[in-house]
Amino acid sequence: MSLDKPYADIPGTVIFDADQARKGYHLNQFCMSLMKAANRERFKSNERAYLDEWPMTEDQKQAVLGRNWSRMIELGGNIYFLSKLFSTDGKSFQYVAATMTGMTQEEYAQMMLNGGRSPEGNRYTGEPPAKAR
Amino acid sequence: MARITAGVTTSHVPAIGAALDRGRSRDAYWGPVFAGYDFSKRWIAEARPDVVILVYNDHASAFSLDIVPTFALGCADRFQPADEGWGPRPVPVVEGHPELATHIAQSVIQQDFDLTVCYKMDVDHGLTVPLSLLFGQPQAWPVKVIPLPVNVVLYPPPSGRRCFELGKAIRRAVESFDAGLNVQVWGTGGMSHQLQGARAGFINKEWDNRWLDQLIEDPETLSRVRHIEYVREAGSEGIELVMWLIMRGALSPKVKVVHRFYHVPASNTAVGHLVLEDLG
Repeated sequence: MSLDKPYADIPGTVIFDADQARKGYHLNQFCMSLMKAANRERFKSNERAYLDEWPMTEDQKQAVLGRNWSRMIELGGNIYFLSKLFSTDGKSFQYVAATMTGMTQEEYAQMMLNGGRSPEGNRYTGEPPAKAR
Repeated sequence: MARITAGVTTSHVPAIGAALDRGRSRDAYWGPVFAGYDFSKRWIAEARPDVVILVYNDHASAFSLDIVPTFALGCADRFQPADEGWGPRPVPVVEGHPELATHIAQSVIQQDFDLTVCYKMDVDHGLTVPLSLLFGQPQAWPVKVIPLPVNVVLYPPPSGRRCFELGKAIRRAVESFDAGLNVQVWGTGGMSHQLQGARAGFINKEWDNRWLDQLIEDPETLSRVRHIEYVREAGSEGIELVMWLIMRGALSPKVKVVHRFYHVPASNTAVGHLVLEDLG
C-alpha cells in the first residue's frame, strides 16, 4: 500500500513526507554539512567539487548550482535543510520564498505587508482564483 | 511540589531574532511585532518562573535526516545555540534543569509517551527566539529551560490529540516532583505560514483567530483537528501549531487570558502570542 496523501490536491505545495525525504536524503544532508564554517568555506571555494563528494543525483547538483529552489524542493529538499544553503549565500527565508512564487522579493514583501496570500482560491487545486486583497 | 503556573505561546520566526540581534527591533517594520511583547516582558519579570518547559521544533539543526524523533526532551546541564548556516545567534547559553527533565522523562514514558531522551543537543532559533521575545537581551537567561523538540518537519507530525495528551502527562509529572518550583510551559511556532512552493506567503487571519479562541475556550475539541486542515488552512509550515496544544494540555481546563496579540507579517509568517495563567 502506498502512502495516503490527502494533501495532494493543495495547490503550489510539496509536503515533505517520507517519499520526499527518501528522495532528498543526500541533498538535505549536504545542506546540513554547511552548518560548519569550515565546510562553508570549502563549498564556496569550489561548489562542484564539494557537491561531488555527495551521492546526489546530477539533477539535484544542477539545482543547487543554479540555486533553483523550487527544483530542489521537488527533488526532495526541505526548506529547513535548504536554509543552511541560502544562509551560506547570505539570503533570507523571504528571498527564497519569493523566488518560488515567481514574484520579485519586493512584490512578495508587499504582498505580506498587505496581509499575505489569501486562502481564497488557494485551498484546492482548480479553485477559481481569488480577487486581489 | 513543583507547579505549572502559566503558559505562553509565541511564533518563533528566525527573522525576529535577526532583527533583535541587529538592533532593528524598534524600526518601522519590526516595531509593531516587538510592541506585542512589551506587556509580556513586564509580566514575566513579575511571574519569575524557575523553569520553562519550552516546546518547539528543531529546524534541521540538532536532528539531521539520520534521526527524526517525534518527541524529544533535553536532559543536559546546558544547550549551545546552534550554527544554522550564518554562525550561532549572539545569545546566552541555555541552562537546563536536568533533575526535573529526567523526572519528566521517566514519568511520561511510564504514562505511555515514548520520548527520545537527549543529553547533548544544540538549540536553534525555534527555542532561542521565544526566549529573546520574553526576556530581551540579558547576559544570562534568567530561567532554566527544558527543551522539548517536536518533529513538525517530516510529515506527519504527531496529532493535535497526542500533543494535548502529552501536555496533560507533563502536568502530572511536574506535580509529582518534590522540589517547590514555579514552572511554565511554552508552546511555540505558527501561526499560519508557508515557506515553500507557489503558495508561499499563505496567511489565514480568520482561521488563526478562531483557532486562538478555541485554544483558550475548548482545547479538547480543537485537539481533534486533523493534519490536513492545518496544511490546507494554515499552510504547510502552519502545522507547527500542534505544538501549542502541548502547552494547553499542561494547563488547567479554564485559564485566565492575561495577554493576546496577533500581527501580520513577520517576514513570511502570522505572529500569534498568548499569555495564559493557570487556575489550578
